[in-house]
Amino acid sequence: MRNKIISVAEAVDMIPDGATIMYGGFLGCGSAHHIIDALAEKGTKDLTIIGNDCGMATGPLGEEYYGVAKLVHNHQVKHVIATHVGMTPDVGTQGMVDKTLTVDLIPQGSLAEMIRAGGAGLGGVLTPTGVGTIVEDSPFCLGKQTIDGKEYLLMKPIRADFALLNGHIIDKFGNIWYKGTTRNFNIVMATAADVVIAEADNVVEIGDIQPENVVTSGAFVNYIVDGGNV
Amino acid sequence: MDKSEIKAFIAKRVAKELKDGDVVNLGIGLPTLIPAYLPEGVHVILQSENGIIGTGAKPTPEEADPHFKIDAGGSPAQAAVFGCYIDSATSFGFIRGGHVNATILGGLEVDQEGSLSNWIIPGKKMPGMGGAMDLLVGAKEVIVAMEHTAKGKPKILKKCTLPYTAVHCVTKIITEMCVIDVTDKGLELVEINPEFTVDDVKAATEADLIVSPDLKPMC
Repeated sequence: MRNKIISVAEAVDMIPDGATIMYGGFLGCGSAHHIIDALAEKGTKDLTIIGNDCGMATGPLGEEYYGVAKLVHNHQVKHVIATHVGMTPDVGTQGMVDKTLTVDLIPQGSLAEMIRAGGAGLGGVLTPTGVGTIVEDSPFCLGKQTIDGKEYLLMKPIRADFALLNGHIIDKFGNIWYKGTTRNFNIVMATAADVVIAEADNVVEIGDIQPENVVTSGAFVNYIVDGGNV
Repeated sequence: MDKSEIKAFIAKRVAKELKDGDVVNLGIGLPTLIPAYLPEGVHVILQSENGIIGTGAKPTPEEADPHFKIDAGGSPAQAAVFGCYIDSATSFGFIRGGHVNATILGGLEVDQEGSLSNWIIPGKKMPGMGGAMDLLVGAKEVIVAMEHTAKGKPKILKKCTLPYTAVHCVTKIITEMCVIDVTDKGLELVEINPEFTVDDVKAATEADLIVSPDLKPMC
């Protein structure tokens, strides 16, 4: 079987300036921190980033710029597509004051389904969420439809050039098992990018994860980065 | 009542709305006080939209695993023995699909059409709606638990002035002054805190109020 394991540096070198990246994680919980930190260090710029939020200005154990917060802080991002950015004041400053950052806010359930649609070959999502709100004006909203008397918004599917996932245990085929609340957006993002890179807290041999316990199939995963036994 | 007494009073009253076995999603702030006031014998299944159905007791500092197990507010959390961890698409399918009995959250403004604004004050901060819009359209009961006024100004209006979180979604409003049901006819005052008169409530409310013929004391 093809060796999917690459170094953090090799992963980051694949991602050019201007790339569109989706990243798993909810306030940094379930994010590919080693890869994101390396992107910050390398200074890859003009990124479009898609995720639930932008990490946290201060992480749960006092980490400075936890998760993608550091990419925003370093001005490496030109466009954020997220559901909530309140924990990262840099996004508000760059988006509203400096006006150097484009921010599209999408309801959390809609974003999850739009990414799922992007990965499942669907042309969009019809959701009642956002009807009568400013979501109707979003560039990701293609209009309204009435079905059986109920109104829905038609939301676009979303895909990316790269998906950065985090899994707690990943075998060498790329099969993933997640710990705790780290599943969040990792599950749908695994399906919706041209190149999927999964950072493993722990890499194990094929067969060490029982097929019943595989949450994301390694068939979705192009590359594995060993995050080093967290 | 001081601020913390007001919050406790509201939380205690909201707790009486919940039935044994209800699936409940609690917003941040005041709603998180509610589980402490559940009547004896009432156990609810808490959902954290970031990925838990059946959220357990708050972890002790020794149990806390904040890089792996959090709630939607980012605080350490864990699944209960009967609970499970889920992904975001499943979580919001659960919410929109009508599997959540009640969501309880605060409000900046609520209006007499049952519409709620609670996610943004334009030009101030850039927050994001997060999961609030989905919860409001998906939960069977939407209970707004909040102080009746903000700095003396009414929050229960004829029409919201701030951007909506969702329209025609609120089923009940519970404040330190009263309990209001959102009905097809408008806002119906169904319970009143005995410390206040109906005129006090009307003076603190911009929306039209229908006083229930069966108005009860709030306790």
